[in-house]
Amino acid sequence: MQQLTAKERMKIPRNPMVEQDPNRRNKNFEEVNQGYTAQMAQEEAMRCLACPKPSCVEGCPVHIQIKDFIMQIAEGDFLGAVHTIKQDNALPAICGRVCPQEEQCEQVCVVGKRGEPVAIGNLERFVADYEREMNKVEIPKTAPLNGKKVAIAGSGPAGLSCAKDLAGMGYDVTVFEALHQLGGVLVYGIPEFRLPKSIVAKEIDGLKQMGVKFVTDTIIGRISTIDELMEEEGYDSVFLGVGAGLPWFLGLPGENLIGVYSANDFLTRVNLMKAYKFPSEDTPVLEVKGKNVAVFGGGNTAMDSVRTALRLGAKNAYIIYRRSEVEMPARIEEVKHAKEEGVQFLLLTNPIKFNGDEEDWLHSVTLQKMELGEPDDSGRRRPIPVEGSEYDLDIDISIIAIGNGSNPLISQTTPDLETSKRGTIVVNEETMETSKKGVFAGGDIVTGGATVILAMGAGRKAAEAMHKYMSTKA
Amino acid sequence: MYKIIDARFLAENVKLFEIEAPKIAKKRKAGQFVIIRIDEHGERIPLTIANSDPEKGTITIIVQSVGKTTTKLNSLEKRESILDVVGPLGTPSHIEKVGTTVSIGGGVGTAIAFPTAAEMKRQGNYVITINGARTKDLVILEDEMKALSDESYVTTDDGSYGFHGFVTQKLQELIDEGKKLDLVLAIGPIPMMRAVAEVTRPHGIKTIVSLNPVMVDGTGMCGGCRVVVDGKSQFACVDGPEFDAHLVDFKNLMNRNKMYAKQEHDALENYNHECRLDKKIEALSE
Repeated sequence: MQQLTAKERMKIPRNPMVEQDPNRRNKNFEEVNQGYTAQMAQEEAMRCLACPKPSCVEGCPVHIQIKDFIMQIAEGDFLGAVHTIKQDNALPAICGRVCPQEEQCEQVCVVGKRGEPVAIGNLERFVADYEREMNKVEIPKTAPLNGKKVAIAGSGPAGLSCAKDLAGMGYDVTVFEALHQLGGVLVYGIPEFRLPKSIVAKEIDGLKQMGVKFVTDTIIGRISTIDELMEEEGYDSVFLGVGAGLPWFLGLPGENLIGVYSANDFLTRVNLMKAYKFPSEDTPVLEVKGKNVAVFGGGNTAMDSVRTALRLGAKNAYIIYRRSEVEMPARIEEVKHAKEEGVQFLLLTNPIKFNGDEEDWLHSVTLQKMELGEPDDSGRRRPIPVEGSEYDLDIDISIIAIGNGSNPLISQTTPDLETSKRGTIVVNEETMETSKKGVFAGGDIVTGGATVILAMGAGRKAAEAMHKYMSTKA
Repeated sequence: MYKIIDARFLAENVKLFEIEAPKIAKKRKAGQFVIIRIDEHGERIPLTIANSDPEKGTITIIVQSVGKTTTKLNSLEKRESILDVVGPLGTPSHIEKVGTTVSIGGGVGTAIAFPTAAEMKRQGNYVITINGARTKDLVILEDEMKALSDESYVTTDDGSYGFHGFVTQKLQELIDEGKKLDLVLAIGPIPMMRAVAEVTRPHGIKTIVSLNPVMVDGTGMCGGCRVVVDGKSQFACVDGPEFDAHLVDFKNLMNRNKMYAKQEHDALENYNHECRLDKKIEALSE
């Protein structure tokens, strides 16, 4: 490896991600980010100062040995790098694409204190893609089967990472999925242009080769209760990673007009059910082409929805958010991409009501301007309505992307499972164990809507605790 | 894959399917539904479970061809398969002994009224059933309904069979006769359910309807199936599908169910056109 001084390293500019041109990509569903070349990755790796106490590792929710893998990239050992990542992160190709690095590892990167941080996320993605594209993905070695059975409800990031760890330890793992396709929010929620489904499918294939069994079309809580899984079907332990999955609406007049969608409904139709190919695919979505579309919310799901609407040919695609841009929970990259693609941001603006015609078709939304007051419980400045600032905006389709409550299907049929007032499952944060013996939970069903990496981390934490539980159980 | 054990038409465009789904058959309770997807390109549609046989491991659904998916489904035969069947979904009917109950089925809605009527009988109620159809040929499950009822009536809009008139007129007659009715359960086209609600409302008779709005996942995730009940949004898939008829906003429900009317119409046209082409090609190759 070339010996550079810290000063020299700091002088190397950050390699920008290769992106599809905004005016081309806003008309297709192909991935926006095209990834680094090997040369770009090595150049980027040279920027790392190899801090003796790397703060990036602390900034990562699952403590990937970031410094080590970047050093390996700098040396050209790309496979070594991905193996390092995989010690802590089961799904690097996915996390490299969807993690909010700017709030985690990259936020605390020392290089970033005097310029732009090392592009840790881009590097993670590069090595994961390199391994996959070179067909060098090694199926992790698994311990011999230990005769114990585990049931996992939900095939999203929490369930998949939990399954991977337990399969590695020799457990007989079965993952149950309610939908017809595996991947949970990774396939129904996150669009193709941000996370190609083939990447998710590849990760799942890897788990299958490790011996994990997957059963689709199966709703735990309905077809088998948790008690039945443990008492009748012989599972020694159960992990619940069922996601949040109950969309919030705004509670405003006119919210049930035709044309008002939840983000889940809109995205599931387009992503999972491929409604953009209607009529060769049977699932329809309302005509978006040439229409005015408003998305309410400021998170990643809002950005996914509005950018999807653009790709379906919306004439005007708006993000309507009641606070200002700094308070937006979306990843900076998603906001940047949305702007480049032509999304219009109506900030400090809040809807008051949805207006429709005689037959209940939405035609406009009444909006109100907001200003920022004192910080609220979330630490963000509270938006306050500006009296007399109401106006109507012509809108054909509205998409509500303000988050999800907790799906009741499991708690309804598991009376001894403790849940919070919000309906989330209560767990011991160290072990992810629920109030019910042998039952663990993690991901959005515990935290409420959060990130892929946190769900993944929770799945791994639970796997370790489940291993302990099953090893000590008579 | 879920194998079709039996498939037969009960009336024009109305077909009964017995499908191998042992776990659902074991778990399912009256009032619950499944979501099916025919093939790789199919949409997910909710269908109420009409019956189940836990020993045989089968469930029964009864389907009326309306759009492309139901038309395609009704072209399937015994020994063919359906790609996905998910369930049981929805909150089961809350059935207990209340006295005299009236189960009203309109058209294919009779298929859904049937299992709850049977359960009402099992709970020891005096069960009256009203089985309505447009015309004689469209009457389904007449014998089955008769067998479980203490009193059963068939009505046809055109008077070609049974009582000449709408189910609501028969219901009104029962009320006028001074029968004390404790519970009415109505399942059928939305205008029929709305009309039933208006007949029972002045008499304060508790009335339940089972709703079947457009949905994707059936687990509460999409929120597409929301209906306005007592001024509040409810999700038919997890809060329903049964609701108090006197509190449902039927106008909004009816409008929302027309949401994809244009797309459904185009898809069906396309499908019928392709079917005609297929037949022509077959004819040519013979």
